[in-house]
Amino acid sequence: MSAQSDAAASRPGRWQPAVTQDPMLHKHGALGQPVSRIEGPLKVQGKARFAAEFPYEGLCYAALAFSTIARGKITALDTVAAEAAPGVVLVMTHRNAPRMKAPSLMMSSPTAAGASDLPVMQTDEIHWNGQPIAVVLAETQEQADHAASLVKADYAPLPATTSFEEARKTPRQLDNLLGQPPVVEIGDAEAALKGAAVQVDQIYRTPRHNHNAIELHAATVAWTGDELRVHDASQLLDLTAGQLADIFGLDAEKVRVSSPYVGGGFGGKCLWDHQILAGAAAKLAGRPVRIMLSREGVFRIVGGRTLTEQRVALGASADGKLDALIHTGIVAMTTHNSCPEQFTFPARHLYAAKTIRLAQEVADMDMLANTFMRAPGESVGTFALECAIDELASTLGLDPIELRRRIEPEKDPTSGKPFSARHLIDAYDRGAERFGWNRRSATPRQQRDGEWLIGMGCATATYPYHRFPGGAARIRLTADGRVTVSTAVHDMGMGTATAQAQHIAARLGVPLDHVTFEYGDTTLPRGVIAGGSTQTASIGGAVIAATEVFVEELLKLAGNDSPLAGLSLAEVETRDGGIGHRDDTARFESYESILRRAARDELVCEAEAPPPAEMEAFSMHSYGAQFCEVRVSEITGEVRVSRFLGSFDAGRILNAKTATSQFKGGIIMGIGLALTEETNFDPRSGRIVNASLADYHVPVQMDVPAIEILYTDIPDPQAPMGARGIGEIGITGVGAAVANAVYNATGKRIRDLPITLDKLM
Amino acid sequence: MNPFTYERASDAAAAIGLAKGSAAARYLGGGTNLVDLMRETVERPEMLVDVTGLPGRIEPRADGSLLIGAAATNTALAADAHVRTQYPLLSRAILAGASAQIRNMATVGGNILQRTRCRYFYDNAAACNKRQPGAGCDARDGFNRYHAILGASPACVATHPSDMCVALAALDATVHLDGPAGPRSIALADLHRLPGDRPDIETELQPGELITAVELPPLPFARRSTYRKVRDRASYAFALVSVAAALDLDKDGTVRDVRLALGGVAHKPWRASAAEAALKGRPAGPESFRAAAEAELAAATGLRDNAFKIELAKRTIVAVLGDLTGDEA
Ligand SMILES: Cc1cc2nc3c(=O)[nH]c(=O)nc-3n(C[C@H](O)[C@H](O)[C@H](O)COP(=O)(O)OP(=O)(O)OC[C@H]3O[C@@H](n4cnc5c(N)ncnc54)[C@H](O)[C@@H]3O)c2cc1C
Ligand code: SF4
Repeated sequence: MSAQSDAAASRPGRWQPAVTQDPMLHKHGALGQPVSRIEGPLKVQGKARFAAEFPYEGLCYAALAFSTIARGKITALDTVAAEAAPGVVLVMTHRNAPRMKAPSLMMSSPTAAGASDLPVMQTDEIHWNGQPIAVVLAETQEQADHAASLVKADYAPLPATTSFEEARKTPRQLDNLLGQPPVVEIGDAEAALKGAAVQVDQIYRTPRHNHNAIELHAATVAWTGDELRVHDASQLLDLTAGQLADIFGLDAEKVRVSSPYVGGGFGGKCLWDHQILAGAAAKLAGRPVRIMLSREGVFRIVGGRTLTEQRVALGASADGKLDALIHTGIVAMTTHNSCPEQFTFPARHLYAAKTIRLAQEVADMDMLANTFMRAPGESVGTFALECAIDELASTLGLDPIELRRRIEPEKDPTSGKPFSARHLIDAYDRGAERFGWNRRSATPRQQRDGEWLIGMGCATATYPYHRFPGGAARIRLTADGRVTVSTAVHDMGMGTATAQAQHIAARLGVPLDHVTFEYGDTTLPRGVIAGGSTQTASIGGAVIAATEVFVEELLKLAGNDSPLAGLSLAEVETRDGGIGHRDDTARFESYESILRRAARDELVCEAEAPPPAEMEAFSMHSYGAQFCEVRVSEITGEVRVSRFLGSFDAGRILNAKTATSQFKGGIIMGIGLALTEETNFDPRSGRIVNASLADYHVPVQMDVPAIEILYTDIPDPQAPMGARGIGEIGITGVGAAVANAVYNATGKRIRDLPITLDKLM
Repeated sequence: MNPFTYERASDAAAAIGLAKGSAAARYLGGGTNLVDLMRETVERPEMLVDVTGLPGRIEPRADGSLLIGAAATNTALAADAHVRTQYPLLSRAILAGASAQIRNMATVGGNILQRTRCRYFYDNAAACNKRQPGAGCDARDGFNRYHAILGASPACVATHPSDMCVALAALDATVHLDGPAGPRSIALADLHRLPGDRPDIETELQPGELITAVELPPLPFARRSTYRKVRDRASYAFALVSVAAALDLDKDGTVRDVRLALGGVAHKPWRASAAEAALKGRPAGPESFRAAAEAELAAATGLRDNAFKIELAKRTIVAVLGDLTGDEA
């Protein structure tokens, strides 16, 4: 939490979340420009070093052996052959692993980063099929892989719950849903549904998904005495460092984690067993260790999105007002993690309804801890909700956009808070116009090209705004007028560093090439996690706070000989490489001049972001309208997405190019969610069967049509820079837009993802 | 992956000689399947004899046939001008498979002998009669969307995954072999076996036998031929069902001759002889196409996840024949 006192926060000129606006809300500068990624040239030259590319003297390579049962005890573990294999340094199992504390569940404490709270390789107990049972270290990766294949285990299996159908018979109620109440009831929704003129009441299912970022999970780990150095592929730097310190019983400052480049995160690049095991094995071997999971390894030990079964029931009046909105259901989870796939979140904020009932429960299974995956909750929640809205529109004989117009709320339907900014209908109107929505026939099966039936669908996208507290930023100004801003945040390829450099240039009034943005290392001021589409706003909050300190310090340094003499924070602004009076253009002094006169080489300021009071005061969300055209073969049932357009309302866009890529990437992942992605979890063994990219189908080039992106670019008055997050919203609504288009093409409602051809034959 | 030695053969005799030296030797083509399986330790050869340096020429011969060296890459074969004009179904079948990068590496010999994609076969933790005779078959009651609807056995329900071979089966290709007992030839249609109670024995090849070439007999009407592959994404996925077909029509629209083969449905590339017999002499048209498809699939049985493929195969046959007729979509 912020260290700032209320008195400091209310000083004139300071940004007070929920009270005043970010002063640069209407200032543009380099913001919004389609600046290419700063690190792009390094990446294409192969010079950007990823986690598995750091050389170390004496480095050895790790490979894992995995359990083949879902629950039970290891009764015998034969490592003799592995130990004798060429190049093997050691084999670590629960028998010889250093004693380590178990991780704690993320969000359970300020240093908790565990995706699960199971101890890692400390006992003979097996909790999921695929759990690491041995780590082999060898002189080369090939030797380690070979030796790992020689580890043999015998087990005494215990009864395991590996069937969802079994697990759901004894559902568990959650006491909270990521801090929100798991059940929301406004009025008697079931009664209102029964009495409604028109009803839609359906079950929707979404399968398990697995993380498949191109960069495999990896870490290079080295001990120097009791100092632990970790080169990680991470979207969770500070928490990882704190959690590793806790696990190994070290002071927090003894652990340094860095992660300058990450080949895709999406919620998967957090703390899993491999970093812990690499740290333990490196300790045991007294040598640095590199671990890079195989693709199968990622499926075995990095959780994915869990399955959901959702009921959406809508009761409406004939004129298209909602009398009842019910969204309930169940997801599979384990007792040792905390990711409930909050699919009821969209329904809390999207539509006005007289009565509302939202509830979700979990079915506990013996499986790898499921985790966050791009828009956890919203991605699959919008599938069910937005399909149901489309079904209701058909039943009412209304255009689905018109229906949404009629149920557009004036304030947040469940919290009652005002919206900070909401331009959903605007996004629909712009999208519809551009996409040619008026060419859609309301009746299915009206358009065809040979064997291909053509249809259009739309759906709402939504994702909450969050700003995480606790992040800090440091500004360093040098005598040449250049600035370096530092904070331990992450760029997993989404363009953080580039957009922040633009932001800092605009905020400090310096040219873009005078800005260095330092990130990706826990030696920097504490950053926030790259999750929940929160980084940009969170960094923004810290940079605002640091800028205020920076300006105040400069005003002090400027002194009485400066044209700025006597001015306060509230009276000045940064511009043209210096500070000037807001209204009097004559009163200005450059940063270089201030430092020179004060005989200073540099000025360094650091501050922490003020608490996110705006989230308490307002309902803050990004919105979008997804438009899809599909072609469905009447012969084979094959579905091809032929056109896609996403029209977003995500506040101010900081970089047109990287933002568009984020939106498009989300939509592509959404096409996978709609049509191809499904983890085959064998209920007999609890084992993932399709643990490879050949068998787990992400969309390939030919599955992805030209995608057009529009955005309102209307700043959110409550958000730093006016920008809400954009990393996850792209995937939301896509499943429903595709399914609704399939319905429009074929007249068939597929409520069970993915929409494979057999369901349409 | 287990340790192994690597040798590169300069000609067939050298390759056979090298392989004879080790009971656990395997020929190495592009390695796109064998090396994957070695990584999974499903294949554990002690010696690899690289045969990519053996002849890979694609030679049209005077009698109208085409001789294809086993080391020809999939890419070269698909791009060959003679193949594209005389046997378009073969070019299309190859291009429907894998990815450009894999096709650049993959050889004709390796493609023919690639092994099933059944995931339980790939996972040493699963029961698989093909990997370990007598262990059982986890696919029978497990995930079996990609599995067989024709010719399967209680022991194994796997499919042969090749696209190229489906076209070769339709074209009556002959496979030329050489080995410790000398050269011989075998019809492609007879090379792969049905699983029966020995799914671990996949082909009629004898130990140490090498594929040296594939020969396509002349088939003028194959100029009117095509390949259609139905799969779970638009590219880079194995066939759920595929159909290779060539059609020869009389002036009056009667089927004079026809070649039809199916992929994704059986333990081997499936020559649709019953359908061919049902079509010959019949008027080309949706009714006779459908009747022929019904005849071919009469014996098909579905598993938990793949029963839809029976109807899918029928529809795809009808659609492909319709396309070749030219006036039916
Ligand atoms: C991700 C992925 C997707 C794919 N998708 C498809 C697809 O959609 N359709 C499709 O058809 N295929 C597909 N493939 C398979 C691909 O076509 C085969 O891997 C390839 O054709 C094998 O050829 P190769 O030369 O690399 O064989 P190798 O891997 O080198 O060898 C395969 C087998 O053949 C043996 N062998 C090789 N040459 C000879 C010879 N001359 N004589 C005797 N034995 C020999 C080897 O010992 C080995 O047992 C895919 C593969 C991958 C990895
Ligand atoms: S179908 Fe065949 S390959 Fe697959 S598990 Fe069964 S026996 Fe093995």
